[in-house]
Amino acid sequence: MSAFSEFVDFISTSENWWGRTGIAHRLAEHVRISGIAVTVAAVVALPPALWLGHRRRGGVLAVAAVNVGQAVPSFAIVSLALPISLRWGHGFGFWPTLVALIALALPPIFTNTYAGVVGVDPAVVQAARGMGMREGEVLRKVELPNAIPLALTGLRLSAVQVVATATLGAFVGFGCLGSFINEGFRQRDDGVLLTGAVLVALLAIATEIVFGLLQRPLTPWLSRKKDTR
Amino acid sequence: MRDGPFIDWGWIGDHLDDVETATLEHLRLTLIAVVVGFALATLLSVLAVRWRWTLAPITWVTGIVYTIPSLALFTLLVPITGLGTTLTAEIALVGYTLLILVRNFVAGIDGVPASAREAADGMGYTRWRRLVGVEIPLATPAIIAGLRIATVSTVGLVTVTSLVGLGGYGGFIKQGLQRQFATQIVLGGALSVLMALLIDLVLVGAERAVTPWRRQQRVRRVPVAAGLTDLAAGRLPDEVTLLP
Repeated sequence: MSAFSEFVDFISTSENWWGRTGIAHRLAEHVRISGIAVTVAAVVALPPALWLGHRRRGGVLAVAAVNVGQAVPSFAIVSLALPISLRWGHGFGFWPTLVALIALALPPIFTNTYAGVVGVDPAVVQAARGMGMREGEVLRKVELPNAIPLALTGLRLSAVQVVATATLGAFVGFGCLGSFINEGFRQRDDGVLLTGAVLVALLAIATEIVFGLLQRPLTPWLSRKKDTR
Repeated sequence: MRDGPFIDWGWIGDHLDDVETATLEHLRLTLIAVVVGFALATLLSVLAVRWRWTLAPITWVTGIVYTIPSLALFTLLVPITGLGTTLTAEIALVGYTLLILVRNFVAGIDGVPASAREAADGMGYTRWRRLVGVEIPLATPAIIAGLRIATVSTVGLVTVTSLVGLGGYGGFIKQGLQRQFATQIVLGGALSVLMALLIDLVLVGAERAVTPWRRQQRVRRVPVAAGLTDLAAGRLPDEVTLLP
């Protein structure tokens, strides 16, 4: 198959790895913008999710966040960020991509964390209050640990979606792994095209695996419970 | 960047023909994906329910497909099935529906009360007849919940196929991006959301029609916490319709 051998040729040529349009730089940029987007989204979404969950309010907001996040195509969000960014003078590339990615990363983190807090058994919360815990302590010592597994699930879903959608940043002028796909189509070069597609696919799967592996050490009490049984 | 208002209503009015063409194309790509995906998922689910050990590999493979970003999967298929062919779009779109549909199907069957199963056994039902006559009907709400999520996400994914030469509403978004014309981007996105919403309503109606025995229970509302746990697990809870 010629497309496959072109791909092997491209990816095994060392010049294609280095420089501003090389694989290494674009991979780093792809990971960097995804990392920033998920971090910002977590900082923005976690406090209101925890607080609203603690007060047991804002369920409608959480449900709406999921539904809107699911129904609005990510391609539309990335594309729409460009004219807005240009209008406000932030140009092509990094800023429109980042803003779109943050918007996409928010709903899963917010809703899962909120669901994690709301899902804590009310009897447990009452018991904590009965022991004389203040509201802040109830949240920090009882609800937060119980919400961590779902919050981590939210982070994982966000991260995988962000890594996937960062690819589309190439179409608003951001240099990332998606740029190989964009250039591959323009130059009708299957080698370049497949390089982008394969690397994006591998990066998304790697993200899923890394977050899956993090889940266990970050929630040791869940695996301990199983061992003692 | 064009000057003037952010949304140019006049442009939309002049291009209603294009809206109609794109709508039919978008609907065609979505329906093929959901119908084929549903047929395939039903097959896989029955396999997984009947021979439980097949569930793990089925979940594993469909999970990997689900994780691959849509543009990457479309692109990987282009050298094999060609640029701008329906097959390129559908292989990927069908692939994305499988994880959601199988997970909900199997969860629905697992949720069938043991008493219903035992009653069927007591009446001398064979295993297959019990599955088709008792378990699948009782699992219908979960199966349709999966179908709703799969359909809504497929409608969104179809926009991405514009980058491999198809696209429906994605064509507006792609053109708007190339010409930096916000009206077209907003139009493509808004129409896509509208289509997702309408198909979702149709599916809610279909569920009511095929599960008449549940109508009385429907008065009881699912508590917010239970509904949210469903959402977090990627299922739509019974009582929550899209965009409340």
